[in-house]
Amino acid sequence: MSMTMFWMIVAMGAVTYIPRLLPLVMLNTENWPSWARRMLTRVPYAVLGALILPGILTVGDNVWFAVAGGGAAALLAYFGAPLIVVVGAAIGVLGVMQMVF
Amino acid sequence: MGVTAAESTGDPVTQTAFLKKGLADGLPIAVGYMPVAITFGLIAGATGLTAAEAVLMSMLVFAGAAQYMSLSMIAVGAGAFEVVLATFIVNLRHLLMSASISEKAETGTKGQRALYAFGMTDEVFAVASTKKAPLRSFYIIGVAGVAYGSWVGFTAAGFYMGAFLPLVIQESMAIALFALFIALLVPSIRKEGRMVVILAGMGALFHTVLALWLSTGWAIMFATILAVTVYECFEQVMNAGKQDADSGGKSHTEQAEVKKEADSSCR
Repeated sequence: MSMTMFWMIVAMGAVTYIPRLLPLVMLNTENWPSWARRMLTRVPYAVLGALILPGILTVGDNVWFAVAGGGAAALLAYFGAPLIVVVGAAIGVLGVMQMVF
Repeated sequence: MGVTAAESTGDPVTQTAFLKKGLADGLPIAVGYMPVAITFGLIAGATGLTAAEAVLMSMLVFAGAAQYMSLSMIAVGAGAFEVVLATFIVNLRHLLMSASISEKAETGTKGQRALYAFGMTDEVFAVASTKKAPLRSFYIIGVAGVAYGSWVGFTAAGFYMGAFLPLVIQESMAIALFALFIALLVPSIRKEGRMVVILAGMGALFHTVLALWLSTGWAIMFATILAVTVYECFEQVMNAGKQDADSGGKSHTEQAEVKKEADSSCR
């Protein structure tokens, strides 16, 4: 394991642990302004959007392969399919398209 | 918190019972983590991490989305500082979860709180926070513990499974990460509606635009900050407009009250 990678992982652990720990040992976010608390709760959605696009379009040999895979995932997720089924189906759709086209 | 010191220290038998209950309630999380951790191990291998690096990351970070994100950043050659900073930003939301748990949990000892704080993932929070107060320290430790075991164990399992997979499947696995994010986002849209669509849309749009000038790590981060800020400002403006229309000649305090109501209705 490279030293850079090791220390990066340790630092990732530290910066993840600190926000989880602080409110339980010292902070009191109750007194934070409501806008700050609202913004924090919305971070995951904005992150998810930013993580999906434009990244997904670089997957596979053709943009439309990724669109088909992503579309299949969205459809299955909408109907409440378990995570592994959604992920597996997207992999399957992309795999079939790579082989056929 | 409403629990006396005598209650919170408890006798060993009661504490074991709380722990067992926690372990049992954590099982659905363990099952749910299995495919996610296996996929993480797989992609980590495909990204070029060693088994030790993948397992160490699961042991020390224990945060699904952030770990996946770090892989996609490592894959495009992002710097260590970018990865750490992005991890911090993505996981900052746990601050609110821990704060919310701290209001519901028994006081316990500082050591107990420090222990279950480590396992405060979205899923552990979801299971624990829906229980009735007071939450027992050992209960949360049980929920987090079984989730953690699954996460670390299946990361290792996933890593070694990768070597047996045919190439076409390995190539197709590249979409797994994105399918996972979609699978996490879609139920949120169903639950929270338009707000999630707007936020995710802005995140995607800002990332696409910022990616023209910035590396992926910074682009994701600034896109996120920009999206939540724009949403908040837009909402404030909308609320202010609503108040002006509603509260014409009302006193200042009355207006503040209206504002408060508008705030809470947006949540």
